[in-house]
Amino acid sequence: MNRRDPITRAKEWTQKQPWELYATQIFVLMRNEIRRNLFTRRRLWVYLLAVIPVVILLIQLAFAHHTADPFYIETQTRVLARIVHLYYVRLGIFFACMGIFTWLFRGEMVERTLHYQFLVPVRREVLVIGKFLAGTLVSIFLFESAVLACFYLSYDRFGAAGRSYILDGPGLHQLGAYLLVTALTCIGYGSVFLALSLLFKNPIVPGLVLMGWETIAPILPAWAQRLSVTSYLRHLCPVQLPAEGPLAIFTVVAEPVAPVLAILGLLCLSVAVLVLSCFLIDRIEITYTAE
Amino acid sequence: MTSPNRQIVFDNVSKFYGEVLGVNRVSFALDPGITSLVGPNGSGKTTLLNLLTGLIKPTRGSMHVLGLTTRQPMELFRQVGYCTQFDSFPPGITGYDFIFWPLRLHGFGREQAARLTEEAVERAGMTQVARRKVAGYSKGMRQRIRLAQAIAHHPSVLVLDEPLNGLDPIARAEAIALFDSLARQGMHVIISSHILEEVDRISDRVVLMSSGYVVAEGQIREVRQEVRDHPMQILVRCSNAARLASAAFELNHVVEAKILNDGRGVLIRTRDAEQFYLLLNKIVSSGLIEVDAVAPADDDVNSIYQYLIGSIGGPT
Repeated sequence: MNRRDPITRAKEWTQKQPWELYATQIFVLMRNEIRRNLFTRRRLWVYLLAVIPVVILLIQLAFAHHTADPFYIETQTRVLARIVHLYYVRLGIFFACMGIFTWLFRGEMVERTLHYQFLVPVRREVLVIGKFLAGTLVSIFLFESAVLACFYLSYDRFGAAGRSYILDGPGLHQLGAYLLVTALTCIGYGSVFLALSLLFKNPIVPGLVLMGWETIAPILPAWAQRLSVTSYLRHLCPVQLPAEGPLAIFTVVAEPVAPVLAILGLLCLSVAVLVLSCFLIDRIEITYTAE
Repeated sequence: MTSPNRQIVFDNVSKFYGEVLGVNRVSFALDPGITSLVGPNGSGKTTLLNLLTGLIKPTRGSMHVLGLTTRQPMELFRQVGYCTQFDSFPPGITGYDFIFWPLRLHGFGREQAARLTEEAVERAGMTQVARRKVAGYSKGMRQRIRLAQAIAHHPSVLVLDEPLNGLDPIARAEAIALFDSLARQGMHVIISSHILEEVDRISDRVVLMSSGYVVAEGQIREVRQEVRDHPMQILVRCSNAARLASAAFELNHVVEAKILNDGRGVLIRTRDAEQFYLLLNKIVSSGLIEVDAVAPADDDVNSIYQYLIGSIGGPT
């Protein structure tokens, strides 16, 4: 047996796979998941998590007229940075992903419908990917819409100065970075919560432990930080916040790592966790009475 | 002899839920036709069906369905349709969508999936209500829509867990006719049921289960013969059960006389039924006991099953 055998075998395996069928199955799974579980009334609290900052900005706009002075653009930029860093990344998206992604499989166990997914000719790995993509799509759509709304409400009040800040200044770049951070946060937390839901019957407690881990990640050694979602995101934040006051512990402290490496690092972490989920789903048995 | 690739094979399969026994050392091979799993609640019927379809994994042993294992879901579930006992549905789904979308997951195109869906709902007699939400269905309708989903992709193996539960007599007769016609087309139809009279009528073979063990298995005639070689049961309802039991025990061929719970009858097990009937005639003519009814209790699978598992006691 020569060294090329594994490569040849991998090629043969790849050629044998019904990729078109997998794609159709993933599309159907995503469609079903979004319709049945995600855009429903029971997910109202997730939508609330997304719109809370938008509502606060609307209230600010309505009652604090002085903040429309162009002098406050820089202040508003820091406010927006805090909204994204401290609220969305640390709390809003974290808890929303906990709700959305842990329910993908665990919810079906509770509702006693998971067996329908296991009795169709679909590989369980495809099931994991389809459900994960559905959750990711929904969370990204929700939170990117909210971040866009926050951005609009933050700068629209300044009129021409605001438009100039966006189009001629750093505004557009910051918006792009916020949207990227939001999407990566959803992907990172989503993959972790999906795996937790397959590992634990009640993923809430491990979820809270994860939150503690993410909080103390900045003070951990470099190798341990690679296992934290927010450690990668800090390198992508366009506006650095000073670590001060009681919120310092939550504040992302930037270290010089190339954004591309940070993006790849987080994606690799997410893929590794998803691969783990694919192994975990294979262990799942339908014993609803034990739930 | 049937090729293993056409059989359903259980090879020394055991399943434990922690320390609780699900099924133990189950081995048999099934040919096409209707096979009935018979046993009381907790005897391991559903465990066996869930093992067969990969919903749970065996602690020991292996299963093959037409030569396929549960590690080949892409191939296996094209061949297998499973109508489970779980009476739950995805929230907000209609009967039509409940069948249509799984067919799309099979890889059928929209038009073909739609055609197969319509065919399945028609076979299950659900055409009129298929577009309604399942949440508004009666128990029987929910049972039928699950059956429709299980047969929609034209499987070679149809697994049905208590499929007649909740069906009215007409729907039940229609379902039985459907199972029969599917089996005549060369399909495997595996039915778990405790409605023994119906199983008796439609089964080619039975697997009798008790407490996680297979206690008898084979063609229904073979199982009957097995029973014929053993003491026959006769149920006598009478005014003085104790006196009849006492008299019966004086006969050598009577191996057991069990007084019924209500004290108004005796279940006799005898190796010589004719001698027992002669004794009964004498007792009746002497006027010591008034006999209300005499009936052999070994006429159907129910009695075979009761004899073999010996745990339910006599009829009351």
